[in-house]
Amino acid sequence: MSGRIFFKGQAPLRKPIDMRQDPACAVESKEQIYSEDVVLNPDSSLANAFVYIKEGLAQQHYVAPVESKILDQQHCRYSPHVFGIQVGQTLKILNSDPTFHNVHAAAQKNKAFNLGMSKVERVKTRVFEQAEVMIALRCNVHPWMSAYVGVLDHPFYSATDSTGSFKLQAVPPGEYVLAAWHEVFGALEQKIKVADNETQTVDFIFMRR
Amino acid sequence: MLDWLPPNVSTYGGEIDKFFYVIYYITAVVFFLVAGAMVLFLVKYRYKEGRRATYTHGNTTLEIVWTTATVAAMLILALVSKPLWGRIKQQTPMTQNMMTVQVTAKQFNWEIRYPGPDGEIDTPADSAAGTLDDYQVDNDMHVPVNTVVRVMLKSKDVIHSFFIPQARIKQDAVPGHTISAWFEITVPGKYEIPCAELCGFGHSGMLGQLYADTPEQFEAWKNEKWPPAPAMPADSSNVEAPQQ
Amino acid sequence: MSEATATKHHDAHAHQSFWSKYIFSLDHKTIGKQFLTLGLLMLFVGGGLALLIRWQLAYPEQPLPLIGASKQFAETGEPDSTSSWDKTWAEWLSKDEKDQNWLAKNVPTGVITPAFYNSVFTMHATIMIFFVVMPILVGCFGNFLIPLMIGTRDMAFPLLNMLSFWVAVIAGIVMIAGFFVPGGHAAAGWTAYTPLSSDPQWTGVDWGQNLWCMSLLILGISSLMGSINYITTIINMRAPGMTLFRMPLVIWSLFIVAILLLLALPVLTAALALLLFDRMAGTSFFTPTGGGEPLLWQHLFWFFGHPEVYILILPGMGIASEMLPVFSRKPIFGYKAMVWAMIAIAFLGWIVWGHHMFQSGMSPALGATFMVSTMLIAVPSAIKTFNWLGTLWGGNIRFTTPMLHTLAFVSMFVIGGLSGIYMASTPVDIFIHDTYFIVAHIHYVVFGGSVFAIFGAIVFWFPKMFGRMMNEKLNKIHFWLTFLAFNGTFFPMHILGVGGHMRRIYNPMQYEFLKDFQGMNEFISISAFALGFTQLLFLFNVIYSLVRGKKAEDNPWNANTLEWTAIYPIPHGNFATLPTVYRGPYEYSAPEVEEDWLPQTKKLATATTHGNGHH
Repeated sequence: MSGRIFFKGQAPLRKPIDMRQDPACAVESKEQIYSEDVVLNPDSSLANAFVYIKEGLAQQHYVAPVESKILDQQHCRYSPHVFGIQVGQTLKILNSDPTFHNVHAAAQKNKAFNLGMSKVERVKTRVFEQAEVMIALRCNVHPWMSAYVGVLDHPFYSATDSTGSFKLQAVPPGEYVLAAWHEVFGALEQKIKVADNETQTVDFIFMRR
Repeated sequence: MLDWLPPNVSTYGGEIDKFFYVIYYITAVVFFLVAGAMVLFLVKYRYKEGRRATYTHGNTTLEIVWTTATVAAMLILALVSKPLWGRIKQQTPMTQNMMTVQVTAKQFNWEIRYPGPDGEIDTPADSAAGTLDDYQVDNDMHVPVNTVVRVMLKSKDVIHSFFIPQARIKQDAVPGHTISAWFEITVPGKYEIPCAELCGFGHSGMLGQLYADTPEQFEAWKNEKWPPAPAMPADSSNVEAPQQ
Repeated sequence: MSEATATKHHDAHAHQSFWSKYIFSLDHKTIGKQFLTLGLLMLFVGGGLALLIRWQLAYPEQPLPLIGASKQFAETGEPDSTSSWDKTWAEWLSKDEKDQNWLAKNVPTGVITPAFYNSVFTMHATIMIFFVVMPILVGCFGNFLIPLMIGTRDMAFPLLNMLSFWVAVIAGIVMIAGFFVPGGHAAAGWTAYTPLSSDPQWTGVDWGQNLWCMSLLILGISSLMGSINYITTIINMRAPGMTLFRMPLVIWSLFIVAILLLLALPVLTAALALLLFDRMAGTSFFTPTGGGEPLLWQHLFWFFGHPEVYILILPGMGIASEMLPVFSRKPIFGYKAMVWAMIAIAFLGWIVWGHHMFQSGMSPALGATFMVSTMLIAVPSAIKTFNWLGTLWGGNIRFTTPMLHTLAFVSMFVIGGLSGIYMASTPVDIFIHDTYFIVAHIHYVVFGGSVFAIFGAIVFWFPKMFGRMMNEKLNKIHFWLTFLAFNGTFFPMHILGVGGHMRRIYNPMQYEFLKDFQGMNEFISISAFALGFTQLLFLFNVIYSLVRGKKAEDNPWNANTLEWTAIYPIPHGNFATLPTVYRGPYEYSAPEVEEDWLPQTKKLATATTHGNGHH
C-alpha cells in the first residue's frame, strides 16, 4: 500500500531557528535553518507525517526486527524528525555533534527516559516495551530540537518522505483502519480494504481553514 | 579580595557591594585580632621548663563584656541589612518607565516572554489565536538601561535560579509559583544569565544573555524581532517571509 | 545471631568467640573502633569523589589520568595508535549499552559525564557528612569516651549499641549500592531539592535516588539508637562525684549532640518518607502539578539540616576544649560559659533554618526574621573562641600534634564562622548564595573544624584505644602538609565566590564571566590533590602504629580525665573498681599540688572543692 499526504488550507509559517547559543551547532553552509513542524511542498504534499495501521490486524505476534533504528543528533537536529519503530526493536541514539545533547522522551505508556549525551557519550540504546503513538523526544539543552517516534507492535507504519509519500509493504489482506498523524494538524483515519496481491493507493488530506 | 567582584552595573548592586565591603572590613579586623592574639599567646606562653601556667578558671566580667559586644554588633548588622533587603525583595519601585518580562525557567533554557501589543502577558487572546501576541524567545533578554525591569519568574519543571552576577540579582524560580524580582541596569552591555540552582545534568551551561540596550538599540531590536500582525505566506512553500 | 551471642556473652565473659569479641561486640570500646573503621574507609571514598570533582573543574572534559583515553579519542572518536588505553576504550564502548561496564557508562574514554558529575558531588557530600564525620565524631568518640570519661562500665544498653553499628553498616552498603544501579546514583545534590529529586524524569536517575533515601532512613535508625544510649548513660551512670558540671566538655558536647539527633532525625525521616512516596507511590507532596509544594521539602530538609551542621561541629568544639587545657596546662577558661554556649547553639540551631532559603521564594519578611536569629547564633561560637583564647593566655603550651590540630581547628573554624556573617546578611546573600563562597564556608567549618578535630582526637586518644603511640614525626608532617594544602584548596574558593562562580557546575569555561578564574580553579585542584594524597600518610601512620608503634604509657599526656586512669588493654567493664570523682576535669597547674596536673580521681589530704567550674 502506498499513498501521499496533503494539506489544504492556511499553513502556519516555519519558524527560523537561532542556534547561536551553541557554536558547536553551526553548519558549514550557514544558511538559515527553519523548524521542521510543517514541511509543505509547493504541491501541498506534507512531509514528516506518520501513517500506520491502527486497527484490524489479527492477533498476530510480529517479531521485532534485529536491526536497530537509528536516531542521530547532527548539527543540533534530530534525524529523522518523525519515524516509527517496533515494540522490542532497539532504538540506537547517536550523538554526532561535538556538544552536549539530551534526549528526553515524554512517554506515557512506555517508561519515560531522559538521557544526557555529552561529547564522549556517542551511542545510547533504548527499547520500547509497549505500542504508543506518538512519543515526543526533546533536547532540553537545544529547545528547537524535537523528534517524534511512533511505537507499533507491527511493521506496518511509515513516515512520509520529502515528497509527502509513504509506502507500507506486504500488508496481509483484510479490513483495516489506517491512521495518519501530524504534529501540528492532528490525526486522520480511513477505513480501507486490502485484497490479495493488490497495491493500493491511499491519500490523506489534512485541512485547516 | 573584593577586587574580584564583577563590575556592578545595576542600581541596588552598588548598595549590596557596600554591605559586602563593610562586612569584609569588620571580619578582616576581627580575624587579625583573633589570629594575632592566638599567635601572640602561642609565642609568649610556649612551654618553658620550671614555669607554671596561670591557674584561673575565667573572668566573668570579660565574658559579659565580649558577649554583649558581639550581640550588639550582630544585631546592628541585622538591623542595617534589613531595609536594603526589603527594597530589593519585598518592594518593586513603581516608576514612570517600567517594563515587565515573564521569564520561565525550564531545563535547560530561559524562556523570555515580552508582552504583545495588548501590553499584557499570557492573555486568553494569545493562546486562542494559535500564535502569540506576546513575543517569546529563548535565552535572549533585551532590556533598556535605566528602566526598572520587573521579572515574573516561573518554572516549567524543577527549581532554577535567575542570576545576573553584574546586576547582583538572584531569585529562585520555583514550579507552581510566579515570583516577582526586579533590577535596573545602568550600563549598556551584554551580561550573562547563568542558572544558579542545580537543575539536572544540563545545569552547567544553562545560560541566557541579557542585552542592556540604549533606548535606540532597544527600539531597533523591537522593530526587528517582535512579530507584526500575523502575516500571509508569500507563496505556498511556507517559509517565513523576510521582514519588511 | 545476636540473641544467642548475647546470651553466650553474658554467661561467660572469659570465653568470647572471635565473633562476639570483634564482630558483634557489646563493648563500647570495640564498637567505637568499629565506627572509626567505617568512617576512615568512607573518608577515602568521599575524598576520592572530591578529587574527581576537582579534576573536572581544573581540566574540563579531559580524560582522567591513568585510565583515560587519549585526547584525540575523547574529542573525535578516533583512537590514537600510540595510546594503550584507546584500544581498551574503543572495545568497551563498542559494546551494547546494557553490556557496558561501569567505567564505560560513567566515564566514557575517561571523561566524567555531566550526569555522573552531578552524582559525584552529591555523593561526596552525602558520604562525608553521614558516613565519615558523624560515624567518627559521634559513633567512635561518643562510644569510646562517654563511659570511660564519666566513670562507668559500659553504655546503658550494650545490645542496642552493637545494633547501632551494624545498622549503620547496612546503611553504608545500601548507599554504596546506589553507584551500581541503572541510571546511576542520586544526582540532585546532598540537599535533594524537589522536584529535581522527586520525579525521575528530570534527572534520569531511578533507583539511585531511592537507595539514597533508604540508606539515610536506615542510618537515622542507627543514630537514634546511639542517641538513646548516650543520653541515658550520661544522665544515669556517672560515677560518684561526677556532677554534670564536673563532666569534661567533650561529654557535654556529645550529650547535646545526642539530644539534637533525637529531635532532628525524625524530621529527616519524615521528609525522606514523603520523597520516597512521591518517587515510588505516585503521590505529589512536592509536585505542583499534583497540588504539592516544592518548597515544603526545603523547609523539612533544613529544619533537620541546620541542627545537623551543629551536630557536625559540636563534638569538635568539645574535643578542642579537651586538648587546650591539657596542652596549655591550665583550666579551660570559662567552663560554665562554654557549657551554656553549647546549649545556646543547640537551641538557636532550631530557629535559623530559613537562612538556607533566603533566595528560595520563601517570604522575604520571614527571611528577615531568620537573618536576626542567624546573626545571633554567631554569638555563642564567638564566646567559645574567646574562651579558647583565654585558655591559651598565661599557659605553658606544648606543641604536640593533637595541640596543632586543635589550634588549626580554632583558627580555621574562626574563618568559617566569619564567612558565615556574609551569608547571614540577606542582601549580601543575594549575590553569594549558591556560589563557591558557600562551598568555602562549608569546608572551613566541616574540614577546618570537624576534620582537624578528628585528626587531633585520633592522635590524642590513640594510646588509650590501641596501647601505642602514633609516630610523632609522621604526625607532624601530615599536619603541616594538610594545613597548607587545606588552605590552598579552600581559601581561594572565597575569591571564586566573590567573582560569582556558581556551585555544582560542570564546566566553568562555559561562562564568559568565569574565564579569568580558570587558573585559580587549577590551583585549587592541585592543592586538593596534594591534600588527598597527604591523607595516605595518615592512614599509613595509623596502620603502622597499630602494629609497630611505640608502646604507650597509661597517661602519656599527663591528663586529668578519667579515661587515662584505665589501664590498656582496658578490660570489659573498664575499671577494676569504679572511680570516685573529687573535682572538675581541668585542674591543671592547681596550687594544691606540685605537679602541673591533678586528676579528677585523686583524693587529696585536704578535701578540696576547688575547680568545679564555678568562678
